[in-house]
Amino acid sequence: MATETHGEAEAGLVFHPMDQFQVTPLFGAGPVEWFTITNATLWMGLSILVIFVILVLGARGRALVPTRSQSIAELAYGFIYKMVEDVTGKDGVAYFPYIMTLFMFIVVANFLGLLPMAFTTTSHIAVTAVMAMAVFLAVTVLGFVKNGFGFLSVFWISSAPLVLRPILALIEVISYFVRPVSHSIRLAGNMMAGHAVIKVFAAFAPLVLISTGIGLVVTPLSILAITAMYALEVLVSFIQAYVFAILTCVYLRDALHPHH
Amino acid sequence: MATQTTDAGQAAGGAAKVGMPQLDFSTFSNQIFWLVITLLVIYFILSRIALPRIGGALADRAGTITNDLAEAEDLKSQALAAEEAYEKSLADARAEAQNINVLMRAEIQGQLDEELAKADAKISGRTKEAAAELAEIRNAAKANVKIVAKAVAKEIVAALGGKADAKTVTAAVTERMKG
Repeated sequence: MATETHGEAEAGLVFHPMDQFQVTPLFGAGPVEWFTITNATLWMGLSILVIFVILVLGARGRALVPTRSQSIAELAYGFIYKMVEDVTGKDGVAYFPYIMTLFMFIVVANFLGLLPMAFTTTSHIAVTAVMAMAVFLAVTVLGFVKNGFGFLSVFWISSAPLVLRPILALIEVISYFVRPVSHSIRLAGNMMAGHAVIKVFAAFAPLVLISTGIGLVVTPLSILAITAMYALEVLVSFIQAYVFAILTCVYLRDALHPHH
Repeated sequence: MATQTTDAGQAAGGAAKVGMPQLDFSTFSNQIFWLVITLLVIYFILSRIALPRIGGALADRAGTITNDLAEAEDLKSQALAAEEAYEKSLADARAEAQNINVLMRAEIQGQLDEELAKADAKISGRTKEAAAELAEIRNAAKANVKIVAKAVAKEIVAALGGKADAKTVTAAVTERMKG
């Protein structure tokens, strides 16, 4: 039914779950060039603004006993700092600003995307793939710079039996190159799917206006479903940002300490 | 074609746009460009302003807490030392009191003994004196009794019509009194 009614006037239900992901120019209706100011630009800019407010204006006080806003900034700082330190070790702390940048951008963009009428920048594979590729390339280069060809030992599981090692090495190499794909699609897929599902439920919500019979059942149910999905999405928004950041830390640890 | 669809308008919701906007490669360069700028801006905000500031505040706090804890530890040890000193002086005072007690007791005992001895001596002196006086009185009484007896005997003899010479009476009284 959902696919059938698409654009059909007689049913009255309009399903455009993917429209929210369209990148459109903010001013005028010209083609989207690389420099065009689009809704993606707007929401990325807003995420910069939010990060600035939380981490710079919020932490302005530097009070010994933190204020509420300072606590939020310090909580975010401490959370990611501890994660970087725990996962990558002491020498990974040097890369903390990069991981903090990625985490803050993703978590803020995810939460901004939950606002009604918002554009979710992190639901686009173009965005997540760039970040994932940047992590992948940086980690690979770093691994070779820090360890030379010793970095290749990350594929050679010395704790496994000798017979299995070549097979394991093959699997490890494949998994290594699949990393950026899974890293980026996990985030974009989660964000896109959740928003699309909310939109589908939202399309069912005005059914009571069309047919009061079935609508009396479907409309409250779909509103309930939207609420539940929204709550789930709030959770997913944070978890996916956290997962992206912690996976970055794990990859970084492999680069810094390739010997298992 | 993809660029055409973007300005075709969302209202129509044309079939060309039904697919995933995520796979509309015409918007990739735009998103990547703005993403790179966004990430750079965030990175500079964080690394230049936010992170040093927050890190500094956290370090300050940790330092203050460590200092306060050290100070508290110091004060605690001071308090313990003061308590120890107090206990020690209390014990000292108690021991001294005990000493003084013993000394005083000994002194008092000595004085008491001395006084007792003095009193004993005095009492025994008096007793002797009294005994001597008593003996004297007894002797005097004895003498008086002799005299009275002699006189009485003489008078009795005279009353009976005899004539007693002093010598005989004395001898007789003396003999009687011996018995």
